[in-house]
Amino acid sequence: MNTHDEERMKKLLRQSLPPVEVEAGPGRDLWPDVLRRLDAGTTARVLPGWAWLNGAWFDGALLAGLLGLIAIFPTAIPLFLYYL
Amino acid sequence: MQNGASDVLNQFRQGDVDAFEGLFRQHQRAVYGWIQRITRDPAAAEELTVETFWRIHRAHARFDPAQGFEGWARRIATRAALDWLRMTRARHTESELSTELCAEVAAPSAADPAVTAEIRSKTALAFGRLPAKLRIAATLAVIEEQPQKEVAAALGISVAAVKLRVFRALRMLRTDLEKQGITP
Repeated sequence: MNTHDEERMKKLLRQSLPPVEVEAGPGRDLWPDVLRRLDAGTTARVLPGWAWLNGAWFDGALLAGLLGLIAIFPTAIPLFLYYL
Repeated sequence: MQNGASDVLNQFRQGDVDAFEGLFRQHQRAVYGWIQRITRDPAAAEELTVETFWRIHRAHARFDPAQGFEGWARRIATRAALDWLRMTRARHTESELSTELCAEVAAPSAADPAVTAEIRSKTALAFGRLPAKLRIAATLAVIEEQPQKEVAAALGISVAAVKLRVFRALRMLRTDLEKQGITP
């Protein structure tokens, strides 16, 4: 895909999904909801059960695994860089 | 004034709820707007704004006042919105996604007459099928035309990585459309 194709795809995308109008803020005061969430201390119902995986320990484990794989298969480094 | 703001940030870091409320009042609109750009859904944006500030409060001890609150809050909001995109993509059936996106593209402004409503609808649908991390980069950088530097900071990646994700999103989108017989 060359630069011309890329620009054409961007234009098509903008025509298909116009930018969101975000002039107005939330339709209600969200502070009571935040307080309720703080009291409950639970993960949001809008998020999946595996959202707790966002913890720093998971990032560390992922990094350790990746470094291990790179140590075993150094030729895979360009592939990892591509997917970053 | 500067000292006052700094005091509030330090108090928040120590877990002061009043300081947290002050920061919430000051930043909720910006956080909500940023999330709405990503989700394109006002109701989800409200729930995710609450989720974001809950995560912010949970992480208050790790906050570095020297780095500023706005960028930190935006990164947390982006991560919450990314989780939501992943979840909705997994949960929604194709027909539900199609109905939602068709409703979104029903009244485009300043549309090219050569691009029919059907093409716009199929493009929106194909965009909804993209992996969440590519979709979020393309949404912010291409559709919402946010500065790439800000997108990179919000996603916690480099500007070069943002460009790569956008490129890959557009390439996958084009491939999907070509499979449907549409040559963009």
